[in-house]
Amino acid sequence: MSVLLFTIIVLVGAFLAGLVGSLTGLGGGVIIIPLLTLALGVDIHYAIGASIISVIATSSGSAAAYVKEGITNIRIGMFLEVATTISAIIGAVVTVYINPGYIAVIFGLILLFSAAMMVRQKVDRSDNDTSGKLAVFLKLNGTYPTADGVKKYAVHNVIGGFLMMFIAGIISGLLGIGSGALKVIAMDNIMRIPFKVSTTTSNFMMGVTAAASAIVYLHRGQIDPGIAMPVTVGVLLGATIGSKILVKTKTDKLKVVFAVVVTFLALQMIYNGLSGRL
Amino acid sequence: MSKENKNFFADKDIQVILGTLLRVGVISSMTVVFIGGLIYLFFNHSNLIDYAKFDSGKSGLSSIGAIFSGLKAMDGAAIIQFGTLLLIFTPIARVVFSIFSFLIERDYLYVLIGLVVLSIILYSLSDKLVG
Repeated sequence: MSVLLFTIIVLVGAFLAGLVGSLTGLGGGVIIIPLLTLALGVDIHYAIGASIISVIATSSGSAAAYVKEGITNIRIGMFLEVATTISAIIGAVVTVYINPGYIAVIFGLILLFSAAMMVRQKVDRSDNDTSGKLAVFLKLNGTYPTADGVKKYAVHNVIGGFLMMFIAGIISGLLGIGSGALKVIAMDNIMRIPFKVSTTTSNFMMGVTAAASAIVYLHRGQIDPGIAMPVTVGVLLGATIGSKILVKTKTDKLKVVFAVVVTFLALQMIYNGLSGRL
Repeated sequence: MSKENKNFFADKDIQVILGTLLRVGVISSMTVVFIGGLIYLFFNHSNLIDYAKFDSGKSGLSSIGAIFSGLKAMDGAAIIQFGTLLLIFTPIARVVFSIFSFLIERDYLYVLIGLVVLSIILYSLSDKLVG
């Protein structure tokens, strides 16, 4: 395949990945990696390197908008970044020593999990009850603007959330994705932070986490300009347009359709990984 | 409680500057990637791609030094890689800025937490982790 044809195909694919990724909240990386590996025969290590760059671009771009609205809890973000940067670097260092087949299998499993998380009913368990001593010490409890004025919330189980973030960081460094689904578990279910705050804060953290592992990938030569260029430009454009559409449309049906597609991709990744074709 | 209220406005200003910093970082790095991409395509469009097997030495652009020497030669791939580097440094610049803003707020606990995050990232920049 010529460089020009490859660039065009990846550009279009990455644009769609970014568009759908932002509409469904799944992120672009989880779609671009199967596209590069399954459809275009790119080695998974290159796909991971390109994907992590697109994660930095989309998360920094949308964090720029969220941060100004004052929803993001910068203290929670900074504190949890201690866990995610250490573990993202560990993941990025380890990934090259693992058989590409196993990486594909892990990727498929995370994809299945993310699809399930996407369609599940979300229950907001946030409250303003007394939180632990650690949350008070770290000044994590905060406020956020809602339709009925500024609302207070308390942060629970800081240690549990920190450990879950550590796992999310390892997965992020290992697979080159933002691992938003795992970050949501840590923040929504364990620390019981309100949705709006947890989505924007996890997005805020993603850039730094991804940058930490991207440096390791860069030194190792996993970031190839010929792949990273169309992936980053495509995903960022798609995600930007997606976030503009998102305000006006309901995405429930799209999520179900997309969950089916993602499940199919996940099974393909697992099958190809196990049969040694990736 | 009154302390939280006092910090609120300061936080708000910081959030606006943070947002602008991130936006400028993303836009400028993507512009560089795009320009580099055009130069890269102009000279390489009919070459054949070869990404089937990962080879760590192939791109030759895996260190900051190599990227800068490629930049001098106006090499498209090196310009893309430089844009990528700018993008990687955008969230890192955000951490540095946050540390200063916590310093202004006299929130020394978070100055410390920020410094921990920054030193983890700087450690990975030191190139010791990839054998």
